[in-house]
Amino acid sequence: MASAKLCRKCAGLLWGRTALASLSVPDTLLSVRAAAVQTHTQSWSFTTFRLSHSASPEPPAAERRLTERGLLPYDSPGSNCTVTERPSPDSPSLLEDLDIAPPLSPFEEISDDEAVQIVATPPLPPASTSLRDYVSQSETLTKLVQLGVDLFKLEQRPNVGSMLLRLDFQQDVQGRLLFLKDVGLQDSQLGPLITHNPFILTESLENLQARVSYLKSKRFSSEAVCRMVSKAPYLLNFSVQRLDNRLGFFQKHLGLSPHKTRDIVTRLPRLMCGSLEPVKENLKVFELELGFRPNEIQHIATRIPKVLTANKKRLTETFDYVHNTMGIPHSLIAKFPQVLNVRLLRIRERHRFLQYLGKAQYDPAQSGYVSLDQLVSLPDAVFCSEVASATLEDFEQFQKTL
Amino acid sequence: MGTPAGRLYRRLEGLFAVYKPPGVHWKLVRDTVETNLLKGINSAPPPAPQLQVQFLPERTEGPSGSTELTLTATCLPALAEHPRVTGPRFRKLRVGVGHRLDAFSSGLLVLAVGQGNKLLTDLYNSHVTRDYTVEGEFGMATDDFSNTGRLIERTTYDHITRDKLERVLAMIQGANQKALLTYSNVDMSSQEAYELAAKGSLYPQGKSPPIVTGLRCLHFEPPHFSLEIQCLHETQRFLCRLVHEVGLELRSTSVCTGVRRTRDGPFTLQMALTRNHWTVPDIAQAIQQSRSSWRQSASRASLPQHTESRGGEQGRHGTDEGARVAMSD
Repeated sequence: MASAKLCRKCAGLLWGRTALASLSVPDTLLSVRAAAVQTHTQSWSFTTFRLSHSASPEPPAAERRLTERGLLPYDSPGSNCTVTERPSPDSPSLLEDLDIAPPLSPFEEISDDEAVQIVATPPLPPASTSLRDYVSQSETLTKLVQLGVDLFKLEQRPNVGSMLLRLDFQQDVQGRLLFLKDVGLQDSQLGPLITHNPFILTESLENLQARVSYLKSKRFSSEAVCRMVSKAPYLLNFSVQRLDNRLGFFQKHLGLSPHKTRDIVTRLPRLMCGSLEPVKENLKVFELELGFRPNEIQHIATRIPKVLTANKKRLTETFDYVHNTMGIPHSLIAKFPQVLNVRLLRIRERHRFLQYLGKAQYDPAQSGYVSLDQLVSLPDAVFCSEVASATLEDFEQFQKTL
Repeated sequence: MGTPAGRLYRRLEGLFAVYKPPGVHWKLVRDTVETNLLKGINSAPPPAPQLQVQFLPERTEGPSGSTELTLTATCLPALAEHPRVTGPRFRKLRVGVGHRLDAFSSGLLVLAVGQGNKLLTDLYNSHVTRDYTVEGEFGMATDDFSNTGRLIERTTYDHITRDKLERVLAMIQGANQKALLTYSNVDMSSQEAYELAAKGSLYPQGKSPPIVTGLRCLHFEPPHFSLEIQCLHETQRFLCRLVHEVGLELRSTSVCTGVRRTRDGPFTLQMALTRNHWTVPDIAQAIQQSRSSWRQSASRASLPQHTESRGGEQGRHGTDEGARVAMSD
């Protein structure tokens, strides 16, 4: 009880805060903590979470008073809390506020019941480079960790740390989580989603609802929407107009039917989030540099949508090897577009191995035909036993002679 | 370091060899190995969560029916030490690369993890020889001596025979032997020089230009030929230039179509890990193997006699250099 009495002054002030917020007694404990955290969070600036009042939006007067009064008792003589360096223009309003609600005196007696509920936590650091210091004190962060969000990844991103600290779990987070559950996401998918896109917690619920209903109006099934949201976490942060642009682009430039457009976007929802310039560029590369016909491009894009966002240089290198070195015509490549999606190293190793064994025969008209699909997508062990009829050790020995 | 991840990391400290495919930069190889190792080490089971004593208020029924609040001490796992908050234990590893290989060439590349980097310095200071297999093609000359460069000249190569090629190779080897003697800083007329040269353990003191200590022709089917080269302080560019000069000496021109390193000091091609084996268990095994072979070579070096065989040039180089490295450590 001694420690409780030591920080009676601070307790009194926190009690004042709870009285202001008019909260019921049983959950005082949590809300006192939450309030303490909140008063701090008001003033954390962006990257280093430093207490600087000029950079942050001005908190309401009552809150500001509490920040100051609540923090001062924590202040050990050695620490250099920036709150004490408050500019003077604020002080008149401060005095007015003090008139309205007289502060509790440090000498006031409190009952034992009240004293028990005082939580003597170590003071929160006013500035920190890590969210570790705030996790146990902030309800939002605690719940997010329990949900499976990787905080260490989020704290490396600019602005995200202070954004998370400002959120209130009941008001901001809960509703969005329930909404995501309604969209159809599993519990285990929520953590990774927020790890990728924490800004979904600041997006307004009406907007989110509007975007989901837009997707549904475009006749995406609810499973498809769920899959898209979990695969492309930023999808719901984009405006309806932008989503509409994307869908229109794929339908027009690839000349696809609505059904096939939906299929592409469902399989690779990343297409809806990124810029369209690389996609346009890749389409040009297919048409001009690689010399595919429009219907072949359409076929390749619907089979393997990933080639639309692939690296241009990688694409041409792979095509160059497959077409010029292995001598495979366009029609066959269009038939097995997964070749363009594989590492060049892998194609080269396997082709050279088959060549060494005298089995590199890619013409379907002749006997001993090895399809490109077999060449590329089988795992090493299966490829060796079924296509090359050799052992895995042989293949590894061969790799060391390249 | 009592955690499973820490123990795993200590098992991984040492030297090992990987096989670099052609067309890939060595830095990419190194980074891939580092990412794979980090993934493996960090997926080791996390240590037991740290507990923190917390005083939680509890409402208890008093004897007279009134409720009163008491504080009870409970041990709860500290949230600040949760793996989702602290992040993985290992964020980066010190992975060092031995003698480099440029993107054009392929072959054995020595990598070191953690404390193994010190051994890498020893390996460098011991001036070990390296074996290469170099493929060449007569009839062309390019600006960067490789077959991918810009074509400068076309020549005939019908007059070249295996005999002539070997004569030129012998001449080049002789010139390099002489360079080796001058750079080894031993008095040529001394007994010491004779003994070192007889043993074949002459090596240059400090820095020197590239020196070829062994050179022979493996295949000769014009226009294609391949050479086996043992050398010191070389770069792959130098080897390409060597092929070019062989062509010039033969009154023709040649380009280099491939450079492959088959041995780097004590590391041979059998120990090299191919791309699919760059995982924690395989690398750990390779490192254990290299450690034990070094211990063996160190104990063999402490024996008074050397078993020498004139024919086993490669083997002798291997054991000698291994011993030298191990002793300096």
